[in-house]
Amino acid sequence: MNHLLRGHAPISDIGWEMLDEEARERLAAALGARKLVDFSGPHGWDYSATNLGRTTPLASAPGEGVSGRQRRVLPVVELRADFELSREELRDADRGADDVDLEALDAAARQIAVAENVAVFHGWDEAIVGITECSPHEQVSLGDTAEHYPRQVAGAVERLLCSGISGPYALALGREQYRRVVETAEHGGYPLLEHLRKILEGPIIWTPGVRGAVVLTLRGGDFVFECGQDLAIGYQSHDADVVRLYLEESFSFHVATPEAAVALTP
Amino acid sequence: MGFDQYHEPPDELPAATRTFARLCASLTEEAEAINWYQQRIAIETDPEALAVMRDAQGEEFKHFSMDLEFLLRRVPAWREVAQGILFQSGDIVEHGEEAEAEAFEEGSAGAAGAYEDGSLGIGSLKGASR
Repeated sequence: MNHLLRGHAPISDIGWEMLDEEARERLAAALGARKLVDFSGPHGWDYSATNLGRTTPLASAPGEGVSGRQRRVLPVVELRADFELSREELRDADRGADDVDLEALDAAARQIAVAENVAVFHGWDEAIVGITECSPHEQVSLGDTAEHYPRQVAGAVERLLCSGISGPYALALGREQYRRVVETAEHGGYPLLEHLRKILEGPIIWTPGVRGAVVLTLRGGDFVFECGQDLAIGYQSHDADVVRLYLEESFSFHVATPEAAVALTP
Repeated sequence: MGFDQYHEPPDELPAATRTFARLCASLTEEAEAINWYQQRIAIETDPEALAVMRDAQGEEFKHFSMDLEFLLRRVPAWREVAQGILFQSGDIVEHGEEAEAEAFEEGSAGAAGAYEDGSLGIGSLKGASR
């Protein structure tokens, strides 16, 4: 048994399979950042830091005639979302119920997926510098209506080209902006979704947590998500009525090419 | 670029399953290479050429074994069956039947999870269309 302590939970094999499958489905839909940035790993729960290849000079040295430098690393962060499930519901699952109440798991999956997206695109204080935080490009407003989106997205693509950033490009859209795009039937003879895809030559990704939109290259090597422990369900505790579980992951994220993305504000 | 390793639409497959498919394809290719070298070595008479091909076949042994180990680490039930068969003396078929029965006696991965590290195996989702 590993650190997740799943073997201590009062959950049957059928129950675990149901929970893992439910979490996998919910997370895969909402993990927008993973659809856009490079992924390295998983390197395991005991993986603690990403090598940056950089050093900081040390002011003092332990002896005469020597100098020192300290390696700089990017520590991984741990992200965790706790939830609890009714043991009666889990027992019903063992009996074959197909409408088991897993809302708490679904909510935790949404929360941790949004948090991961936010960390990648907008950063996490003192832990992660996000894509929009370090982009040197001027942030332009998307505007209130989706009809203006093609102009702003095309402008962002042109700015990336001017910076020598090749495509294909992708568009990460926040919830409200994504809804506006898919509900806008036509623009210049094309459904807006198709029009934007033609401009980008790449996908449009629903990325809950993103504020506004981000246009970025998919060429690779510019944005690195380094995974320690990939998302997993672990066991915390239980009593007669509920079992307390959590979703957890560890990761670092760094931007190698700040100019490879353009943020478009809401 | 060929995508023959996929039997389902790649867009619908999780990244971990796509990686699994790539390693399965690689395993097949390494086994084929081992077979080809085995046949060439069987008929070659030039000692120098034989030495080169034996060295090359050794590389394929290594590649095949690394691919197999990767795949077994990703599928605990497969690993459990393999542990009951590989490197055992005695009747291969008998070991196979026993290993299969033991591995699937309890029916599922359960608390161990489908992946060795207990994770959900989501990994990279790059390439998703929306």
